[in-house]
Amino acid sequence: MQVDLFIPCFIDQLYPTTAFNTMKVLEKAGCKVNYNPEQTCCGQPAYNAGFWDEAKLVGNKFLDDFVDAKYIVSPSASCTGMVKNAYNDLFTNSMVHNQCRSIQSSIHELSDFLVNIIKKDYFGAELEGRAVYHDSCSALRECRIKEEPRQLLANVDGLELVAMRDQDTCCGFGGTFAVKFQGISSAMAEQKVNNALAMDANYIISTDASCLLHLQAYIDKQNLPIKAMHLADVLANGWGNV
Amino acid sequence: MSTKTALDFVSASEHKAFDLQHRKVINFNIDRYDNAVSNGLKQWNNLENAKRKAHSIKWRVMENLDKLLPEFEANFQKNGGKVIWANDTVEAQREILTILRRVQAKKIVKSKSMVTEEIELNAFLENNQIQSVETDLGEYIVQLLGQKPYHIVTPAMHLSLADIAKLFHEKFDTPENATAEQLTLKARELLREEYLLADVGITGANFLIADTGSIAITENEGNARLSTSFPKVHIAIVGIEKLIPSINDLDLYWPLLANHGTGQRLTVYNTILSGPKREGESDGPEEMYVILLDNGRTDLLAQKEQRQGLYCIRCGACLNACPIYKNVGGHSYGTTYSGPIGSIITPHMKGLQEFKHLSYASSLCGKCTEVCPVKIDIQKMLLLNRRDSVKEGFSPQVEQWGWKTFAKVAIKRNWIDFFNGKWKNFFLKKFFTKAWGSKRTLPPIAQTSFSKQWKEQEKKDKTY
Repeated sequence: MQVDLFIPCFIDQLYPTTAFNTMKVLEKAGCKVNYNPEQTCCGQPAYNAGFWDEAKLVGNKFLDDFVDAKYIVSPSASCTGMVKNAYNDLFTNSMVHNQCRSIQSSIHELSDFLVNIIKKDYFGAELEGRAVYHDSCSALRECRIKEEPRQLLANVDGLELVAMRDQDTCCGFGGTFAVKFQGISSAMAEQKVNNALAMDANYIISTDASCLLHLQAYIDKQNLPIKAMHLADVLANGWGNV
Repeated sequence: MSTKTALDFVSASEHKAFDLQHRKVINFNIDRYDNAVSNGLKQWNNLENAKRKAHSIKWRVMENLDKLLPEFEANFQKNGGKVIWANDTVEAQREILTILRRVQAKKIVKSKSMVTEEIELNAFLENNQIQSVETDLGEYIVQLLGQKPYHIVTPAMHLSLADIAKLFHEKFDTPENATAEQLTLKARELLREEYLLADVGITGANFLIADTGSIAITENEGNARLSTSFPKVHIAIVGIEKLIPSINDLDLYWPLLANHGTGQRLTVYNTILSGPKREGESDGPEEMYVILLDNGRTDLLAQKEQRQGLYCIRCGACLNACPIYKNVGGHSYGTTYSGPIGSIITPHMKGLQEFKHLSYASSLCGKCTEVCPVKIDIQKMLLLNRRDSVKEGFSPQVEQWGWKTFAKVAIKRNWIDFFNGKWKNFFLKKFFTKAWGSKRTLPPIAQTSFSKQWKEQEKKDKTY
């Protein structure tokens, strides 16, 4: 199966390893992965800030970059949700209406794609320790993804998955919210990390690098014995020389 | 370009977010609420359908307010009541005072009503030498403390039992470690007296019923029943959006409101009042007035995309679900209606420029939309308010410039990779260190982007 990879701008800029790992996992799942290196961003940051004209410019480029894709897979529920839902606001009844509809039905978040489309949940990953899964708001409420990442994590050897308090509560990132209201945002990160620590977890795992970026920023500053990890990085971990 | 209101919100909210005692009390109270609600919701065969129906009835009401409000007025007048239309706070206050002066009222009893908070009735009456006594226990407690309600349904949610016991001990000499029962009994003893002495009862209403010309009041303590039936005059002040077409619609809205407000299957007291005491009746007031309040609601009605904010039945579910509300608390908002619903309606009722910050004070987690019993797409309304604020030119100049640059860079791959990670980290530190705050480190940008690394690898692969 041929898939087109969409690497969101912040993964492209901050976490290239996560992007490579996404690619590895998809290939291991038997996909032929196509990556268009001209891609940039879905436009979500501007859309959420209220700058819809700017978001539309960027979104237009996105639609062009993926014009022929049959399956688009992205290691981000946030960007997938943006394309699936918010693009209705930007492109309904525009010249690219049909192109937009077609791309909206082709794009999938990574765990959703693995579990529901190609129906595979074991990739030989190993990670030793105890982990909590953080439901990202966009995975849970925009993409309706809840069990898929848990199913994938249950198949990671050595990993013990436990549930923490308020696992489906927002981490407090929220894009510009994190800088416009840094106090509230940081307090939310603090509680999320505390809830994970209360379970003696070594890892906080999620589908979204934006949540993880935020939590790791808090963890690093407070020097805490826990690590935020992207699902793709977990799934590509410990393959040895396979 | 931040307004003073916005700056006040930022500093109050930041302070509250790290107030650990507040966090503890709110988590405790909302945990209890969550448990009750998840139990209560089991009574629905198909909750989703009920919510959809509630949404569509409210949609019909807002599209037909011009017909349904006069229908309510005509029917309520037929029942012997009087309807007064008030455009704003000043008109509402004036009309109330006129009635109170005519009956020479010295004391009024009030049941819980957010609309009376909106028009600052208690302070207004006090300035006119009329004593106003809150009779809802939660409201009574915050009135004793000189505070405003913390929450639209549970006004004293921010207080623990110990806090209240301490207050009653100081004011009424109850035992320092009094139980909830003892405190309630004390309040009951004090308030019973007030009903007998009050000249007028003032309440809000949960619903205006068009086809019967009635108001419906939902409560748990019986205090609204006493406030509406003991005094000789009853004034209900109600926002125009509280309308429902028919008395039959209550079988949907009552359980929805109860479930989402407190988790109950049905609230303890649900009263339908259809005018003053009639000939031959032994109970009820001699005069009954309904004041229909606009106060910015028609400004919201004028917003075609955002008018669904008026569908709200004030259950408070979105407040309890909101991680921002839980962290900053009801008082930080500085508005009558706090939490997600307040953040979407206040900018229209009181001015977008001054209150736009509330639509930005959300991580857009969407939990509010999920829990709303009338399916208001709150998350979407927040986004629409942001869009409008940008359209009106209310966003700071530097932000406008920033997003224009973002769009320019994001449509040209070469520009994104023009600077390497070292430079990008330098810019990030320079512009965002302060805004990122003291509790987090800035995330490091990679030396080389994925796209560039991938291209380099491809090139290498080809040369081999």
